[in-house]
Amino acid sequence: MSATLMFYILGAIAVIATLLAITRRNPVHAVIYLVNSFFALALLFYLLGAPLVAAWEVIIYAGAIMVLFLFIIMMLELAPGGETDRYGPNWVKWVPILLLAGALGACTLLLTSLDPTTADGVPRWYASPRDFGYALFKEYALAVEIVSFQLLFAAVGAFYVGKPESKRKGRGGEA
Amino acid sequence: MHLWRDLRGTLQPFWVTLRNMFRKPVTIQYPEQRREPPPRYRARLILTRDPDGQERCVACHLCSAACPVDCISMQATEAEDGRRYAAWFRINFSRCIFCGLCTEACPTLAIQVTNDFELAGRDPLKLVYEKEDLLVDHCGQEPDYNFYRQAGIGVAAPRGSNPTETPPVDVKDLLP
Amino acid sequence: MPEQLLTYALILAKLGLIFFVILTLAAYLVLAERKILARMQLRYGPNRVGPFGMLQPLSDLIKLLTKEDFLPATADKWLFLIAPGLSAVTALLTFAVVPFGPPLEIFGQTLPLVVIDLNIGVLYFLGLSSLAVYGMALGGWASNSKYALLGSIRGLAQLISYELALGLSLVPVVMMARSFSLTEIVMAQAQIPYLLLNPPAFLIFLISVVAESKRIPFDLPEAENELVAGFHTEYSGMRFGLFFVGEYINLIILGAMITVFFLGGWHGPYLPGVVWFSLKVLAICFFFIWVRASLPRLRYDQLMHFGWKLLLPLALLNVLVTGAVLLWIG
Repeated sequence: MSATLMFYILGAIAVIATLLAITRRNPVHAVIYLVNSFFALALLFYLLGAPLVAAWEVIIYAGAIMVLFLFIIMMLELAPGGETDRYGPNWVKWVPILLLAGALGACTLLLTSLDPTTADGVPRWYASPRDFGYALFKEYALAVEIVSFQLLFAAVGAFYVGKPESKRKGRGGEA
Repeated sequence: MHLWRDLRGTLQPFWVTLRNMFRKPVTIQYPEQRREPPPRYRARLILTRDPDGQERCVACHLCSAACPVDCISMQATEAEDGRRYAAWFRINFSRCIFCGLCTEACPTLAIQVTNDFELAGRDPLKLVYEKEDLLVDHCGQEPDYNFYRQAGIGVAAPRGSNPTETPPVDVKDLLP
Repeated sequence: MPEQLLTYALILAKLGLIFFVILTLAAYLVLAERKILARMQLRYGPNRVGPFGMLQPLSDLIKLLTKEDFLPATADKWLFLIAPGLSAVTALLTFAVVPFGPPLEIFGQTLPLVVIDLNIGVLYFLGLSSLAVYGMALGGWASNSKYALLGSIRGLAQLISYELALGLSLVPVVMMARSFSLTEIVMAQAQIPYLLLNPPAFLIFLISVVAESKRIPFDLPEAENELVAGFHTEYSGMRFGLFFVGEYINLIILGAMITVFFLGGWHGPYLPGVVWFSLKVLAICFFFIWVRASLPRLRYDQLMHFGWKLLLPLALLNVLVTGAVLLWIG
């Protein structure tokens, strides 16, 4: 299988999964489709020779941010109740996710059975973690610093907003 | 910060559990090893006999009245000499809670508890004990007590005909 | 082509062997845990099935397989059915990158004792460990029961609190070994294990890993005496069994990870590498059981405070100090 075909398949999976995610009424189901889409994205990165970015995609997006989403959804009880199928699973409802997940699994197996540096049809170049690190902290150091400063501002802002009203005023009065 | 206290509180349990690992377990391996329950343990009920070898039970129904789960039932009857006894006596051990209230209610100390606790079975009906199953050939925990010795057997002869009695006065008779 | 076939056959053989060993080990780990916990509480533990209770895992399996597979009426059926599988599969997959021995010479070619030596093995482990929470979270949510939902929420909150510390405690290891590959990390510890070179990282990783394994003192998602059984309250039969086995497979994996990252993997004097590796993993497993016998359960907010306010700053500081020392040495 050529890399181009794989690229289009994975891209289609990502797009379909995202479309399904934004049309679901049940937020937990939407999260599952979104995780699927992230997996497809991670495989795309791997296909393009960036295994480190693929790993970060899975760890940070699927592993941390989506977990946070799930946490909030469960905390706030956003999922609609009473819409569950009463007797046994409704197979039709789950055909899309099964197809997507199956296609993803097949792509993963195909990709991992190929050696990314030598296999036919896969890009010859390949970004090792070291290359990635050098690019990030030497070539684009300024951009990284700016982004990290922005994140720092965001964190400080979140701390300020998250502080209880009474404490904020008390501090202000003392100062 | 109670750093020292917290550290000690976290690390000390490890030593305790490790030490306990090499001590002998206190478990009693039940079917092979048995523990003799204390003599006043409350388990299976029995109907005892008095020192003369006769049934103590006088079928007064006090035990079945005292029973909180109503597992005791009986029918009273009377022998020719006026001695009362139970025609049948039944305890349903699948309902019995072994509270011992029946033994406290019994005026003749007939119903008593034993320390035989192995009363398990797959068929609940086999746990319904009849009088034959309950009656034993000894006096239980009170070897000397004999209710009829104290109270006398019931009124078998007509009133006034016993040795120390005078005949009762006939209130409808005008004669002196 | 025949050489390639041989490679594939060897990979399959390794897979089969690892699968068999892991599942058997997980089953016997359950027995070992029950016996060791029992001895620490002055009991005997299971000793009726077979000599010393050695057949207990088998009888447990028969019991789990023959029990009713219960499906709650208001559950989200599909998620409910899939969740235990997710939990067990993510646990099993992690073992693909664990090097359990030095490369072996067979049929004139070297056979690395690892299923696939990914050059981003550390990230693979971190990714799968963060995905492992999905089985638990979705299973608990799909049960449509308040205890299961509470268990899931706690599990998610717990993951968010310890995962950063877990990842950051591995950064010094990667910096010292200069590689993300687990095999190279083990190679780098040929002289001194990282346990001695960087004890703070070891401690942080150990604590995070206990939280990752969802065991006492961090067993909030399944706190028996508060939440019945937490996220698997509604599960029965082999579906519960999958959650259960997944937990113990996870225990072995985490033991293997501690061994690889901090105890020097297969390195050790006199004995063959595989034996050293197994001994270290089993020692870590014993430690987990020991912790379970010794410590009480933390509260929800205590865990989050501990993770965010203590472990995370310590891990960051450790990264900085290790980097400075490495730069200074050169």
